[in-house]
Amino acid sequence: MTILTFTLIIFLGSLLAGLLGSLTGLGGGIVIIPMLSLAFGIDIRYAIGTSIVAVIATSSGAAAAYVKEGITNIRLGMFLEIATTIGAIVGAFLAVYAPTHLIAIIFGVILIFSAILSFQKKNQQLKNEPAKGWVKKLKLNSTYPDINGNKISYSVHKIAGGFVMMWVAGILSGLLGIGSGALKVLAMDNIMRIPFKVSTTTSNFMIGVTAATSAVVYFQRGYIDPGLCLPVTLGVLAGALVGSQLLTKSQTKGLRIVFAVVITILAIEMIYNGATHRL
Amino acid sequence: MKNYWQDKDIEVTLGNLLRWGVMLSSIIVLIGGIIYLAHYGGTRPDYKTFHGLLEPYHSLATIFSGVKKLKGEAIIQLGVVILIATPVARIIFSIFGFIREKDILYIFIALIVLGIIVTSMSLGLKG
Repeated sequence: MTILTFTLIIFLGSLLAGLLGSLTGLGGGIVIIPMLSLAFGIDIRYAIGTSIVAVIATSSGAAAAYVKEGITNIRLGMFLEIATTIGAIVGAFLAVYAPTHLIAIIFGVILIFSAILSFQKKNQQLKNEPAKGWVKKLKLNSTYPDINGNKISYSVHKIAGGFVMMWVAGILSGLLGIGSGALKVLAMDNIMRIPFKVSTTTSNFMIGVTAATSAVVYFQRGYIDPGLCLPVTLGVLAGALVGSQLLTKSQTKGLRIVFAVVITILAIEMIYNGATHRL
Repeated sequence: MKNYWQDKDIEVTLGNLLRWGVMLSSIIVLIGGIIYLAHYGGTRPDYKTFHGLLEPYHSLATIFSGVKKLKGEAIIQLGVVILIATPVARIIFSIFGFIREKDILYIFIALIVLGIIVTSMSLGLKG
């Protein structure tokens, strides 16, 4: 296989990944690593470096579209980024020193976890509390506009728990080269009880910054290869763009099941190959 | 004043700014990609073994000198660097927003986040 055909095939694969990722809301980066390492036999470190660049591309590219759907709690995002970026540095350094087969196994486990989480019911039960303690000091409670433009206020709960969860999400992002979007939304929906409209966009904001932090480390360690970034970033971006024009997320339940099954199969293969030291 | 971040227009502007960054970076990656494929399209890819620091373009200095020589790989990496910089630019814009709101605590928090990213730049260089 020449570099030209290799580039074209990876471009098409990334296009599909970006398309499915945006239709299902799981993000395109999540299948890039298994695709590169399992199907093309590419060293997992190159796969991780390429994936983190694709994650930044989709996060920044989607930011404008996300604004239409909800509103970012910029203070909450900024505060939690202290946790995710510190985690990202820790994770990226763990990635440099951890054996690759162990990374493959952890990746597989997180992949299955993300697939399960994608089916969780969106938590909308909210009770507003007057801000006190750190929530008040950090001015985290906020409002968001509903369809009619009315301001709906919401309160942020359990910021310590959310902060720790975000730190873990940052470590996994740095270690595995993924956005950890599922974990970030989990921390904000289930622990901090933030309305879904706010948590999705705030999570997208944080994903880009977290990924950039680990990308800087990967970049200087030679994980980010131009020959792979070329087809993957352009493919994932094009796929995500097409996906965002095609359907609304509510119409894609069947597709999500298919995608979750694909992810689970990939995850099992990653774990198997990691356990048998083939990755 | 207090409602600076609640203002959807600013979010839209920021979102568009990020999108422009992504578009600029994609165009540069595409240009570099065409040159790269024109030169190496017929050779065989080798990604089975990890070369790490033997990779030629993993610092700004080597990328810039490669771009001057119109090396396709260096141009792609320049696009990638711009892409990595887009979320960092968003942090910097947020700092301006907090300065306008005179929110000292959040100017400080945003500076910590920026500081962590800068730290990761310097840490990545060592060892």
